Amino acid sequence: MGTLGAHYPAFARPLRAGVGLKLEHLPEILTQKDQVGFFEVHAENYMGAGGASHRALDVIRQAYPLSLHGVGLSIGGEGPLDEAHLSRLRDLNQRYEPFLFSDHLAWSTHDTSYFNDLLPVPYNKITLSRVCEHIDRVQEVVGRQMLLENPSTYVAFEQSTIGEIDFLKEIVRKTGCGLLLDVNNVHVSCTNQEWDAEAYLEAFPMQHVGEIHLGGHAPDVDDVGRPLLIDAHDREVDAAVWALFENVIARVGPIPTLVEWDNDIPAWDVLVSEAQAADSILDRAVRAQDLKQVG
Amino acid sequence: MTEPLKNSEFGAALLNAGHQMPAGVIGPDGAPAPKRFNVYRNNVVVSLTEALAATYPTLQKLLGEEYFAALAREYIGKYPPKSPVLIWYGQELADFVESFPPLSTYPYLADVARFEWAWLQAYHAADQVALDPAALAEIAADALADIRFRAHAATHLLTSSWPIYDLLQANRFGACSPEDVDMKSAQSVLITRPDIEVVIKPLRSGGHEFFSALINGETLGLAAGVAMEKSSTFDLSANLSDALESGAFVEIL
Repeated sequence: MGTLGAHYPAFARPLRAGVGLKLEHLPEILTQKDQVGFFEVHAENYMGAGGASHRALDVIRQAYPLSLHGVGLSIGGEGPLDEAHLSRLRDLNQRYEPFLFSDHLAWSTHDTSYFNDLLPVPYNKITLSRVCEHIDRVQEVVGRQMLLENPSTYVAFEQSTIGEIDFLKEIVRKTGCGLLLDVNNVHVSCTNQEWDAEAYLEAFPMQHVGEIHLGGHAPDVDDVGRPLLIDAHDREVDAAVWALFENVIARVGPIPTLVEWDNDIPAWDVLVSEAQAADSILDRAVRAQDLKQVG
Repeated sequence: MTEPLKNSEFGAALLNAGHQMPAGVIGPDGAPAPKRFNVYRNNVVVSLTEALAATYPTLQKLLGEEYFAALAREYIGKYPPKSPVLIWYGQELADFVESFPPLSTYPYLADVARFEWAWLQAYHAADQVALDPAALAEIAADALADIRFRAHAATHLLTSSWPIYDLLQANRFGACSPEDVDMKSAQSVLITRPDIEVVIKPLRSGGHEFFSALINGETLGLAAGVAMEKSSTFDLSANLSDALESGAFVEIL
């Protein structure tokens, strides 16, 4: 693996917006410094042995805090976790020393098949204990706390007996993991499930949130014409999501916030302007916090 | 409690449009919601098709987006990924294309896919420092025939009955026009990555046999012999120079 334990700079936790690293933006990133507060990468894209992707990530990590975001652990899966995959995640954590490490409340692997989507988990006692066992195993192997991301969902299950927030709270209580609050997912799920997004966020255990995600979604309709939002990450953050985000930050203070844009990837400037929009909301909260400390 | 929903049921229905949506998948009114379930079906097929297209851009270009998507759908159903690391997904696509009856009149497509797979392996291979070409000068003349080379982790060879190098140069790298490709020529190609850029090199007559023997750890003398047996025009000094200049090797043993 080359440079295990390279000892990168230890940056302060960025109370700023970051963006997902896309290699096509690398020339601009290298010439226009400090446009964003941190970068996030999908861990699975950096599991090759070497080459251009690792070279780029090394350069980025020298200059920025990094968040390592897994999309393939299948924490909500029925079977045991893939130990080889866990080892790769541990190695990436050791190699790049990210300040955050996260994955999803979802499943994506069954038997040996990987579906490459974040599939929904019914919420009940059986699935709760399985998810907790899996998170315990992740934190044991990787040797650090992980953040668990709230899902965007399109369906519900007759087999669910626990609400999503209570399910997340129990996971945090039992495993000591933190949470990644995806505000776009909140808006998408609450629209799709006909829940109240503001109430969802009021109830969300904010003291355990280590990172926020923002992203774009695509509108559609379901079987009987009800709105159905798709978590597409292919456009600007929606006004409704900005409003929810602003309320959360005003209430709980600044939290490292990522703008996700993974499909129909825009020009670097467009992504930066999304990050700046998040920054202006975070800055206000940072100033409010400073004032409180002075006062 | 209702019978727990099995991931296997959910998964089987994702990959097979013919399978029924599993029981218990509902909308906010508690009624079964097949259109909502289809969002997951669509996500799986579309995202895996994109992953295959990222690995096989030339195959996609030659087939057209629509045909490639249809081919990918068949392939995904038969060979779903075995790992969440998608740079490792799609290894069987060349064989799948080769045995796909509707494509039997385009026999070169399987080799195009083989090339693209090898290119991706080289792109992500471990970083290694290529052999300094000057290293050969330090070997005594009478010892040359007995030296062996260790191949770079990124080094791959591909031999084809088709102009595989020209097809890729024309359709992937834009180095020449597709009209200029002589479909009657057969080519072999070396793919490696001495530093960060993947290098591709068409091999000379006998070059495939020569490189193949060296990569397998045979001596230089034996590799030259095998190549001469295959090709009466085999040029040892030109091929040896290709071997050193391409960065395909990391060490003289």
